[in-house]
Amino acid sequence: MQRSRIFGPIGAVWFVLTLAAIVHATRLGLLLAPTEATMGNVQRIFYYHVPSSMLSLVFPYVNFIASVAYLFWRRRDPLKALTADAVAISSAEVTVVYSSICLLTGMLWGRAAWGIWWTWDARLTSMLLLWLLYVSYLMLRKFSSTGQTHTLAAVLSVFAAIDVPIVFMSIRWWRTQHPAPVFGGGPDSGIDASMKPAFGWNVLAWALWGVLLLALRYALERRRQEREQEAALQAIEASLEMAQ
Amino acid sequence: MNYLSHVLTHLRKDLRLEWRSRDAINGMLFFALLVVVVFSLAFDPTAAMSRQIAGGILWVALLFASTTALNQAWTREQRNRVLEAQRMAPSPPSALFLGKALANLIFVASVEIVLAPLFTVFYNLHVLGQGWLLAVIMPLGTWALVCNGTFFAALGLRTRNRELLLPVILFPISIPALLGMMQATTAVLSGEFSPNPWIRLLVAYNIAFTAACLLLFEIVLNAE
Repeated sequence: MQRSRIFGPIGAVWFVLTLAAIVHATRLGLLLAPTEATMGNVQRIFYYHVPSSMLSLVFPYVNFIASVAYLFWRRRDPLKALTADAVAISSAEVTVVYSSICLLTGMLWGRAAWGIWWTWDARLTSMLLLWLLYVSYLMLRKFSSTGQTHTLAAVLSVFAAIDVPIVFMSIRWWRTQHPAPVFGGGPDSGIDASMKPAFGWNVLAWALWGVLLLALRYALERRRQEREQEAALQAIEASLEMAQ
Repeated sequence: MNYLSHVLTHLRKDLRLEWRSRDAINGMLFFALLVVVVFSLAFDPTAAMSRQIAGGILWVALLFASTTALNQAWTREQRNRVLEAQRMAPSPPSALFLGKALANLIFVASVEIVLAPLFTVFYNLHVLGQGWLLAVIMPLGTWALVCNGTFFAALGLRTRNRELLLPVILFPISIPALLGMMQATTAVLSGEFSPNPWIRLLVAYNIAFTAACLLLFEIVLNAE
């Protein structure tokens, strides 16, 4: 039986481009970008912290759209539904990876800049809740026996999508210590022009990396699904032979 | 039969079952009482301090207690394959859900009614804000817990580790609601800030998730 390929030519090109972008972005961020006036070199973690936090807010949308697509195709077109489900689990795992990186780099930065590892501030809490939501999604997938996992997980993803805006609003009312958003947070927000290339390249590089991770995980999940179908088919054939 | 009478039939059935066994309410009541006692021992609060923490403790106790009862809510339906019959029945699945959730609301509310005076005594509570607002906050908060809890208990029915799975998926989703009910209760008890935004949050949360539960319950009930 033909296995779906894990790493096609497009994947190889993508991989090389991603590596090149990461190398360039790292060079810009760690060596070439100017040292920040008050925080010094500590500020360079910004080039990892902010891109990963931005990306950890993008992949949940992929997960939500894939889950809705799964629910839509569940009865109409089961094969397409399986594809959507593979996208859903890959994007959920990538979300957990990026939000973990965001939380960890944030803690390191917080220790250096504020003197504390953690504080129950609005943005920190809501990012932690996002992480908790997607870990619980993965737990559900782990615990449910095969066959119903997809549907239950898709339903939970819809719930998580409803929850996220409520979480962000409620936590914002609760308390705020984190600086206002660097981009679009008022007239004084934004970064110096000399920092922009380093920041832009880091966003691009880590976005490419995230998509690569997602594609690899997707291919793995597809292989697992194919093997499952093959096993089910063989079981049916065996039972037919027994009957004859 | 119209939709309402389906809901009422399911509700009556659940209430009758509970009236005969009294498993859920007794278990929840004792469990919540234990949590309240343990917290009181752990913090040894003065009257001023207990006003600050009582709102949180009350809801944590109710959250844990209702989780234990919600886990059992659907196992009754599994006995004698009643759930299979429910799936084949022509009544709308969301009516089954609504009946079950309303029954759970009544169970948790009756626990609250018994627990409230005990709680006031143990924590020396003297309400400084507008006490009548608690009559709004308690049902809203309870419904927020019970509606999603009933739904997720059904979602976890056919999974391994069912008892563990319910809190693992219910707590993260409920955190904004928990924050809302705890803040609103603390606001009323201490009278230091206005509970209104938190009540509004609870209302919005309830509307959004009740709609989602009613719409998606059919998928969960028939998940294969």
